[in-house]
This record gives sequence, C-alpha cells and structure tokens, in this order.
Amino acid sequence: MTDIAVSTPARPAKREAESDLVRQRVRAAMWFLLPMLLALAVVAAWPLARSMYFSLTNASLTHLADAKFVWFNNYLHWTVLKSGRILWSGVLVDPAWWNAVWNTLRFAVLSVAIETVFGTIVALVLNAEFPGRGIVRAAVLIPWAIPTIVSAKMWGWMFNDQFGMINDLLMNMGIIHDKIAWTASADTAFFAIIIVDVWKTTPFMALLILAALQMIPRDIYEAAAIDGVHPVKTFFRVTLPLVRPALMVAVIFRLLDALRIFDLVYVLTPNSAQTKTMSVISRENLIDFDKFAYGSAESTLLFLIIAVLTIVYIWIGQVRFEGGRG
Amino acid sequence: MTTQVVAGVQPVRVSSFDLWKLIKRVAFFLLVVFIVVVMVFPFYYAILTSFKSGTDIYRVNYWPTSFALDNYTQVFANQGFLQNLSNSVIVAALTVALSLVLSVTASYALSRVNFRGRGLLLMTILAVSMFPQVAVLAGLFELIRFYNLFNSLWALIFSYTIFSLPFTVWVLTTFMRDLPVEIEEAAIVDGATPWIIIWRVFMPLLWPALVTTGLLAFIAAWNEYLFALTFTSDNSARTVPVAISLFSGISQHEVPWGTIMAASVLVTAPLVVLVLVFQRKIISGLTAGGVKG
Amino acid sequence: MAELQLSDIRKSFGAVDVIKGVTLTVKSGEFMVFVGPSGCGKSTLLRLIAGLETISAGALSFDGQVVNNLAPSKRGIAMVFQSYALYPHMTVYDNMAFGMQLAKAGKDQIRERVEKAAELLQISPYLKRLPKQLSGGQRQRVAIGRAIVRDPKVFLFDEPLSNLDAALRVATRLEIAKLHHSMNGATMIYVTHDQVEAMTLADRICVLRDGVIEQVGTPIELYERPQSLFVAGFIGSPKMNFLNGNFAGRYGAKTIGVRSEHLQIGAGEGTWTGKVIHSENLGSDSYVYVDIGAQEPVIVREDGTKKHQPDDPIAIRPLPGQVHRFDDAGQPMGRQ
Repeated sequence: MTDIAVSTPARPAKREAESDLVRQRVRAAMWFLLPMLLALAVVAAWPLARSMYFSLTNASLTHLADAKFVWFNNYLHWTVLKSGRILWSGVLVDPAWWNAVWNTLRFAVLSVAIETVFGTIVALVLNAEFPGRGIVRAAVLIPWAIPTIVSAKMWGWMFNDQFGMINDLLMNMGIIHDKIAWTASADTAFFAIIIVDVWKTTPFMALLILAALQMIPRDIYEAAAIDGVHPVKTFFRVTLPLVRPALMVAVIFRLLDALRIFDLVYVLTPNSAQTKTMSVISRENLIDFDKFAYGSAESTLLFLIIAVLTIVYIWIGQVRFEGGRG
Repeated sequence: MTTQVVAGVQPVRVSSFDLWKLIKRVAFFLLVVFIVVVMVFPFYYAILTSFKSGTDIYRVNYWPTSFALDNYTQVFANQGFLQNLSNSVIVAALTVALSLVLSVTASYALSRVNFRGRGLLLMTILAVSMFPQVAVLAGLFELIRFYNLFNSLWALIFSYTIFSLPFTVWVLTTFMRDLPVEIEEAAIVDGATPWIIIWRVFMPLLWPALVTTGLLAFIAAWNEYLFALTFTSDNSARTVPVAISLFSGISQHEVPWGTIMAASVLVTAPLVVLVLVFQRKIISGLTAGGVKG
Repeated sequence: MAELQLSDIRKSFGAVDVIKGVTLTVKSGEFMVFVGPSGCGKSTLLRLIAGLETISAGALSFDGQVVNNLAPSKRGIAMVFQSYALYPHMTVYDNMAFGMQLAKAGKDQIRERVEKAAELLQISPYLKRLPKQLSGGQRQRVAIGRAIVRDPKVFLFDEPLSNLDAALRVATRLEIAKLHHSMNGATMIYVTHDQVEAMTLADRICVLRDGVIEQVGTPIELYERPQSLFVAGFIGSPKMNFLNGNFAGRYGAKTIGVRSEHLQIGAGEGTWTGKVIHSENLGSDSYVYVDIGAQEPVIVREDGTKKHQPDDPIAIRPLPGQVHRFDDAGQPMGRQ
C-alpha cells in the first residue's frame, strides 16, 4: 500500500476520533482539489450541460440567445397531418443519423479488432531479443507520433487515384487493372479509413501489450520449454491468459476512444456517407448546416452512448479490482 | 546451424531440425523488416514527395530522385505557415503549463490522502477524458462567443483543458502513487505539512514524471483538430493541423500536394525527433496510464 | 526523556482488530523492545505511538499528557525506519537538518546539532554526500542521526537492522546500544522480530502475539521465568525443547520444557535415552538432535570438541531446577 494508512474505518458504527494529522491531510486535500475541480466544472461540466440544454431548444448559431424550449422535438417528434398521416421527425428517426451510428460501430469494432491482432504480433516481436530491437521499437513509435491530420494527408496522397503510389504499386504487381479512387469511392472509403486508423494506433496497442508481456517472468517460458510445450501452445495457454487483463483494459479503452473519432474521417474522406461517424455528422449539423439544436441532440446522444458504456466498464472494473488501490 | 553441402559430392543430409530453425529465423527477419517498412514508409514517402518540384510530383517513384526546396519555401511564402507554427507552439505550451499547475496538487490529494469518495472522483476524472469532444462543442461555442474569444488563441487554450487536465491528473496520480510511503512518513514526523511534502519532498523526485506527462500532453494538444477548426476563422489564430487541412493551391481545383507534404514533414520531423529522444519516458508514461488502467 | 503510558490501546483496520487491548508503561529513559512473530501488531503499536496511525480506543500519554490526537511532529518523537527513508535528493546534512529547518530554527543552531550528531555516529565526512553514494550501514546511521537531531523525548526504531547483512547487523546493533548509553538514557522503543536483538539491546522486552501482550519483563526474567508456553518457546535460541505425554507426566505437568543449554549428556537421574539423529558443529558449540521417542527431536547443546555420529546411542538428562513445567492452559507451574 502506498497510502499513509491513517484510517477512516469501513463501518460507520466504529467511527473513531480523527487525529490532527488526519484532519490536516484531508483538509489540505480538499483545497488541493478545488482549483482542478473548478476548472473542470467550467470547461467540461458547464458546456456539456449547455449542449444538452440546446438539444431541447430551437437554438440556431445566429440566434443563440433567443432559444426557446421545444423539449424532445429534436429527438423525436410527430405531427398528424390533415390527411391523417403521421409524420415523424427528429434524430431518432433520421436515417442519416442511424447510418452514422452504424458507421461508427462497425469502424470501432473492426479497427480495434485488427489493431489488437497486429499489436499483439508487433508486441511479440518486440518482446523477443534480437540485434536492432531498439531501432524497430523507435520505428514502431513513428506512426503514433505523427499528428492525425498529417497522417490523413500523407495517406491521402498515397491513396490518390491519379498520382498515388498505392494504385501505382498494385497495378505494377498486377493486382488491380484500373486505378481505384480509394477515398472517394463508396466501396473503398471505409477501408481506407480502417487502414489508416490501424496504421496509426497499432503502435499504441503494441506498446501496452508489450508492457504486459514484459511483466511475465521469464521462468515461466523456460519451464514450458523444459516441459516441451510447443511455442504456439505456450502462447495460447500461458502467455495470452496472463496478458488478458491488461489487454482487456487496452481494448475497451480503445473502443471507447474509437467511438468518438472525428479528425481522420473529416480530413481523409470528407462528405462520404460510408464513413460519416456520429461526431462528424453532429458537427456538420451544428456548424455547417446551422441546425444547431439538431446537432446538439446528436452530440448529446453520442455522449450518452459513450457515458453508458464508460459507466458499465468502470463499474465492472470496480467490482473486479475493488476500485483501484486504496 | 548452416547446411553443409560439399560441391560435387552427395550433399550431407541436413537435419530437418536445422532447416526448420533457419526458416524460422529468416521468416522472423522478414517480419521485422515488413513491420519497419510499413511503419516508416508513409513518412518516408512524404519526405520524398516534398523534395520534388513542379510536375515531378505527378510521377511515382520510390527512391529519391530530386532535392528541391520549392515546396518548403512555398509553405512559408504562400501559406503563412510561420504564424500557424507559432500559434500551435503557444497554445500547446500554455495548455500544458496550465494543466500541470492545476494537476500537481490535485494528484497528491488523489494518490496519497485517503478521503471518502476518492475512488469515485478518480473514476469521474477518467470518465471526463473519455468525453466525445463534439458533445461540448455547442456549449463551448456559446461560452467563447460570449467572452469574445472567438478566433483567438485563448479560445483554444480554454477548450483544450477539457482533455488535457484529466489526462495530466490521471498520469501524475499514477506516478505519485508509486513514491515510497516511508519518505512521506519521515517528512510527517519531521513536521512537514502536505504543501511542503509536495514541493520539497515529492517534486524533486517527480520531475522526470512531469517531463513525460508534459510531453505527452503537449503532443495531444499539438494534434488537436476539432476545436481548432471550429473556433478559428482566419489564419491569425489557426493552428498547424487546421492550416494543413486547408492548404489551397493557385487555382480552385488544384490541391497543392507538394506544399502539403512539405508542411507535414516540417511539423512531423521535430515531433519524431522528440519522441525518439524521449522514447523510454514516453513508453513508461503511456503504459503507466494504460496498463494500470 | 519521557515516560509513556498505554492504557487499553486498541486498533482496528475496518473489521480487522489488530491491537486488542494493550496496557503498558515504558519508563523514562528505558530501552524497551517490542518483539513477536509476524503479524503480532508490534509495528502497528509503534506507529500508534508515533502518531502515523490513529488509535481506535484507549489512551496514550507522554508524561501524563494524553496525546491520542496529536500530530506526530508535535509529540516529541523521532523515528528510524526499516528502509531508512532518507530524502534521496537531499545531502546527508540537509536530511538531518530538514526537521529543524521546517521548525524555522536558526542556521547556527541547526549546524551545531547536526554536526554533533554526525560526530556521534561517525558520519561527519559524509555530510555533503547524497544517500545513493552511501552504503546501507552508513545510510542507517544517517537515519539515526536525523532522529537524534530532533532531540526527541522518545526514539522509535522500526526494525532498523532488517535491511542490513549479518555482519553489519551486529556492528550496528552495537552502535545503537552505545547510543543509548551516550544519550543519557533517552527513552527508546525498538521493534524487531529477532529475539537475539531483543535480548541483547533491551532493558525490558514486551512480547506480543496476535495484538495482545504475552509478557513484559527484563531479558533475564523472560529467559528464566517465562509466563507462558509461547514466551518460553519464543525466547532463547535454539528454541526450548518441549515434551508432553509421559515425559511431562513424570513431572506432574501437561508439558515440560528444557533449554538445550540445560541438558547434559550422560546417565543419571531423570535420564532419557535415545539415539543421535544429527549433529551440527559450529566450532565453539555443537547441537545434537536426539530422538528419545518424543514427537520431535530434542536438541542438546554441547562443547564443540565432542563428536557424535548419527545412530549413536545416547543418554541425556536435564540440569536440576531447569525443567519448566506447564499446565493444561500453558501456564507455568514452577520449575523442577
């Protein structure tokens, strides 16, 4: 334990008198936390609350102050026409929104799955001892170090249909016969995004998995070798179970992160219905189309989805790991 | 374990064990080369492209053929990039400085003092760092307009805090947890108040952690796109990522790929150098936040 | 120098009771050792006295003043930690001066005290060095020096020798004993799991087990008149030989105990016969393990020049008056 275990007992019935030391420390802690909490309240809590508020109004960019309550109309609204037909409107019945949800989900799952597999392979490679390992590790860090926008532009250039080297390479190798418009074509835009995202975040996964791998004592491998266990079997029966807790943390962290992706999609495949994610469509409505309240509703929905998933994840983590240390 | 074949004589039978090992070695080597090439190639290719001039760009080749600096001069002459670089540096530096100042004392409280609700608070702060930034866009937009900060660097510093602060708090808390208890207890016996413990006992031990945290936070702030795109309207306040995404060529339909690549290299090269130099620290910082969850 | 009074001290961590009612008086100027097996609560008790843990119930007084809620730095204590706990970024001088600097003492006063303590511990040449440039033994002396500079009423030692190798342990043990003499008898409370340290350093020993006191007394008292089976077995190395069943019945007790140094080899009254299992020769003494048909082998101490082979027949008998008798409840019944 790294705490000064000056105790506050678990059962309130046994409340003991607090010593000066405990009192002093708790009081100091409150003051220490205050500035940070205030800052978070101002830059996070308040804007979030306001965004949610706007989603319940008819606000527009130019008339923010004149916003009036329309309650849940932005989310779901129905009007009965004179002919008796019911007209539904709102985010929850908007096919563009659900398309964005679908895009985001399949992107997140696919990208994280691929990153995890590739990341594991890279981590296993880095865990082995060979000359030049340092160089490889440095090389692996490079995609992570490059700003997302720059990656998007670099790959955009490589994916360029006219002058891009990917088309050039594939045609020279005889794999394709016509140049493919990777980022513009409806068939390939999604995969272009996946490729770039996997390239960009595999290093992160690899590093996390490598850290977990390096915590496994070497003796275990030696014992398995003496027992004559096949390396592949060793991996699945020994290594993987030991790495699993850290792996799970990394995967879920990345999943939550992938759900909010914006930069890559906006810059590499702008205006593509196949790749438009929830973040992209929200901003589009908020700023570009001046459907401010509508966009706020979309961004609030996105927030709620991620919030629920985060709470579930943390709750499971608490139940399993007893709320971290101390 | 090499195969032994004597020319002209019947080849010595190589044990299948040796051959298998050789194949494995070669395969491993190929895998390593493949990984390195895939990771580095896009950057390499961007450098390659940036040194081409004129119509050379439209010819594909994989090895350096020219070394012209036209694109680089254009980046500064036509695109006002210097301003963007300066903006990015100022915004990232101030964001990180602000976050670190607010985080140091907060992380001490979260890592060393036992109080009710501490676990919950930690989890909340972690949750804030998982916010989708677009969820606060509307509210931030209103705030920034209200305080007349639109198209200013302060708007960015202000809004970047939402992801920078939880991050620095989380990473610093993890680092502080690992400091030995006894040193703190010895300081308590010596009569040190929590404030003194932080600044005179812990800080000198923590400065490598501060550097790492600052570096990671700097990179995150440098990288940011959504807020910078939304809250700036002209080049005076634009940061590097936004500027690069908006580079326009001479004519309306021409995309200035050469200039874009040059700018990309300019921006990436120092970052890559920084990351390579601080490799170990960065890796430990990333995994401290990640593995310990 | 202060007298400490512990009145029915209790300490719980959540639902776990660690200290279950300890009442003890530590006399002013005495060297008191808390000793006991792992988990007995001796370190916790020390930390309660220091103020690093909060007392759940009971009263702790220094010279009659109740200090339960007082912060550690206000109690007049100084503590030497098992892992030295030196500030790694400060020089030896600054480490020792830190407490006084915080109390805003004058520079000259600080220098005087630090230099005096350094001289006492022979660490004057190291004052400008950093802890990482010192050996384990030197670091421990700096930790002691830091405590001395505080000029406390009570010195607290938390297993200070555990991190040192065997030879260094003996040397530093001597230093601590000398320290106690040269400091005009400061009150010292020392925690250890090693009963040899306890026996050699203490004025009085307090044996703890499972959060309660088993016995308090001088080393000789504990050695000659243990008040329970546990204390009898804990004090003395090698451990006292215990026999029950018929062996004990002959003495009218449930269990009897005889120390290896109180057993003689050779026939005579009350002789037990058996054969040698094993013999350990340490040069000056040898310890012979004898199977006399009891549950465990009996250990006999002998002169180092004698030799015994395994399976040799052998007869042993206790010295008169050195058989400790214990009843069903493990209480002493007097010696025979």
